[in-house]
Amino acid sequence: MENYIIEMNNIRKEFPGVVANDDVTLKLKKGEIHALLGENGAGKSTLMSILFGLYIPDKGEIRKNGEVVNIKNPNDANDLGIGMVHQHFKLVEVFTVLENIILGAEPTNLGFLTTKETRQKVIELSEKFNLKVDIDAKIEDISVGMQQRVEILKMLYRENEILIFDEPTAVLTPQEIDELMKIMRVLIKEGKSILFISHKLNEIMAVSDTVTVLRKGKGIGTVNVKNTNVNQLSEMMVGRKIKGVEKGKSKVSDEIILEVKNLVIPSKLHKNNAVNNVSFDVKAGEILCIAGIEGNGQSELVYGLTGLEKITSGQVNLLGNDITHKSIRERNLTGMSHIPEDRHKFGLVLDFKLKYNLTLKKYFQEGFQNHGFINEEMIKNHANRLIKTYDIRSGRGANTIARSMSGGNQQKAIIAREIDCDSMLLVAVQPTRGLDVGAIENIHKTLVEERNKNKAVLLISLELEEVLDISDRILVMYNGRIVAELDPDKTTYQEIGLYMVGAKIQDKYKVVEAENNV
Amino acid sequence: MFDFKFLKKSTSTEQKGEKDKEYAFLSAVLSIIVGLLVAVLLLFVLEFAAAESDFSKPLLGIQKYFTYTFTSSTTFTKIFYNAAPLMLTGLAVGFAFKAGLFNIGATGQYTFGAFFAIVAAILWQAPWWAALLLSIVAGALWGVIPGLFKAFFNINEVITSIMLNWAGLYLANLLFYNLPQMHTVLPNRSDSLRSVNPKAILPDFGLNQIFNTSYINIGIIIAILVAILIYIVLEKTVFGYEIKACGSNRNASLYAGIKTKSTIIYTMLISGGLAGLAGGVVYLAGTVEFTVQSNLLAMGFNGIPVALLAYSNPLSIIATSIFIGFLESSGSGLQGLYSYEMTSVILSVIIYFSAFALIVGHFIKKTLKRKRDKESILEEENLIVDQNDNEIKQSEDEQLDEKGVVK
Repeated sequence: MENYIIEMNNIRKEFPGVVANDDVTLKLKKGEIHALLGENGAGKSTLMSILFGLYIPDKGEIRKNGEVVNIKNPNDANDLGIGMVHQHFKLVEVFTVLENIILGAEPTNLGFLTTKETRQKVIELSEKFNLKVDIDAKIEDISVGMQQRVEILKMLYRENEILIFDEPTAVLTPQEIDELMKIMRVLIKEGKSILFISHKLNEIMAVSDTVTVLRKGKGIGTVNVKNTNVNQLSEMMVGRKIKGVEKGKSKVSDEIILEVKNLVIPSKLHKNNAVNNVSFDVKAGEILCIAGIEGNGQSELVYGLTGLEKITSGQVNLLGNDITHKSIRERNLTGMSHIPEDRHKFGLVLDFKLKYNLTLKKYFQEGFQNHGFINEEMIKNHANRLIKTYDIRSGRGANTIARSMSGGNQQKAIIAREIDCDSMLLVAVQPTRGLDVGAIENIHKTLVEERNKNKAVLLISLELEEVLDISDRILVMYNGRIVAELDPDKTTYQEIGLYMVGAKIQDKYKVVEAENNV
Repeated sequence: MFDFKFLKKSTSTEQKGEKDKEYAFLSAVLSIIVGLLVAVLLLFVLEFAAAESDFSKPLLGIQKYFTYTFTSSTTFTKIFYNAAPLMLTGLAVGFAFKAGLFNIGATGQYTFGAFFAIVAAILWQAPWWAALLLSIVAGALWGVIPGLFKAFFNINEVITSIMLNWAGLYLANLLFYNLPQMHTVLPNRSDSLRSVNPKAILPDFGLNQIFNTSYINIGIIIAILVAILIYIVLEKTVFGYEIKACGSNRNASLYAGIKTKSTIIYTMLISGGLAGLAGGVVYLAGTVEFTVQSNLLAMGFNGIPVALLAYSNPLSIIATSIFIGFLESSGSGLQGLYSYEMTSVILSVIIYFSAFALIVGHFIKKTLKRKRDKESILEEENLIVDQNDNEIKQSEDEQLDEKGVVK
């Protein structure tokens, strides 16, 4: 009989239309990093929410140190020493780091805040665990990585010993991920136990001791990381063997689909331009990838191309038409599809049914509407066709409210809608962000298929692996400028990395810069 | 009294939806009853404080409150007379809600619509339908201004429309003073339509004479038709789709190529037009005259609870406005027993509690679910118990048999 700090035995949780957890058992040893692996919608987050007291399980029991405990709400969980870092941080943007850490457990004297001792305690904690934070900075001013460290400090401040990390790396840059892994190891050394939700296999292999795999709400098994490998894990997770996408040879034609000339776009964050004199073409039959570290102007570049933001100067031609000052709808109709970076903010009307989301770019076309009246029959059929073709899973089919769908299926819906527009140019911004291996494989396949249909794909990605895997040509963006054009077959991670951090600039782009300065 | 059939009709065929609507109906009824109880309680407490306590008075009051509307054709028709403008202002507010806008300026648009309806009727001797049309145009114009500010400068529509409420009120007063032809009898009151221009009064098809009242007119029919029209626009048309998309997620609408700015402008134009029409319907009934006001008219604000109670659903707004119209009409039943202020208090208590319908609905749902869960568990247990009983009985029987055999 081994000593488990937390046992979740035979947990079952049902939501209307779905069994999120079906007889799942998870056992966490003291002082280990235990990874919870599974595709989107496999029930990982539900299981952790149960442990954290956000949901009450329908069946099953939770034991701490062998004793059955009843966790009804997050306060109970906190009392038991269970803390959680959510995928989307729960921080007050306008408060300082310190204020956020003590929020909910404020030390007071006669109703007045007494932060002096707390400050000392937080500083000690951050030094002990090597968590670098700027204690008086406001949350809105610090990087995502530091925000995450604040969340970790929050748990440590509350003296939690079981730490749950819900997809902690989804929002981090490669450097920040390395940093986080180091922190996790320090935490273990100090006697904490960690539950780590992820679908990134290499991270799990790198940092965790044990892995429990979930698939479609069922526990598939628990394995020791030392005795397994990436292939076995991915097979357990997806239920079939995962092959890399066969990119094949591209038949790049000379036909220029998108032509960008000297584009300048202002920044909303600072006074400088977010995009500074950028020029490039995308040709039919190629996947052009723009790589770079987040915040180097990629988002603004896309906003400018798709018409979401006004540009200062420059020209954008799509299929030979000048679309620089055209409306968003005109751009779409000319031949531009757009998979947006933020699927909740731009991609979906979350409170609409799936069928209306699938027609978001077509509802106004003849057939979907007659004389201004919506043709429900047509919308339903269209939705059902896309649901079938792209395997979009949801509780109530076309009538599901988009908000209630899993992230992966929401993304599938967006991709289905955009590909179905049959545009010559597809702008895909981080289309695989936050998705699992199976879903990523499908999306990559779809992008390659589009290319093979002689369409142009402009991919904006932060994941180097993705960039090297599927692109035909790479542009690296740094500080609002393009600094390199690379061939994915002839370059390496290291080389791209150097361009990404601005340590190197290709000669031809230096010239452009010099001209600019004059 | 209030017709909830509309609520049912608007439901989808899905079972779950049906059930939710049932809860909504149940919670609405329950909230109203609770509101009434609280109102009675209030009356009793007041009676305690009174010099000569008479505890039959509150009961008499409540009894009168409900029977009063059925005592004469005037009081009964007044329900619909009250409901028509409430319905239209409710639609004005609800329609804007759907686009994510809070049109708190309905009262200004209502005042403006009312004023121009009267101007058309008295000054220009226009027939009733032309005066109504002008009231729509006037309300729409007053409503579109906050819409323009919102669309082009992203100024919060609540701020601009509150300011325009007062601006509209004083502008109407100012114009009124400067048009002496409109008030030849009294300085502060417009001339009666009956004497100046009877053809501007909304038609009643002679029903007023038959029922010996003056509160019947086609206002309620116009309001119901408009509600159905708004329902069709919102649920069946491309324009309605765009409005709801904008209201739900403005960024995604922008991304989809919807012209969000013009959607905001059109929404406020229509919302203002509806509030203006409400003003026209009231002042062209021939029962009230336009008077110089020193305060914002309550009718515009009353549209807010009407819309909220109906979750902004145009068809439900028909029901909620008739309900509130009924409460307002029965309020007069307390005259003589209680002061005007007291009837207003009772009215607001009931409306206030109706607004809790959402919370109450949630509560009912939870309790019913828990009960059902318990029942199913109990049933399972009972089954087990029954089985055990049977087994025990059987074994007892067997034993008896054995004993019998032994005997």
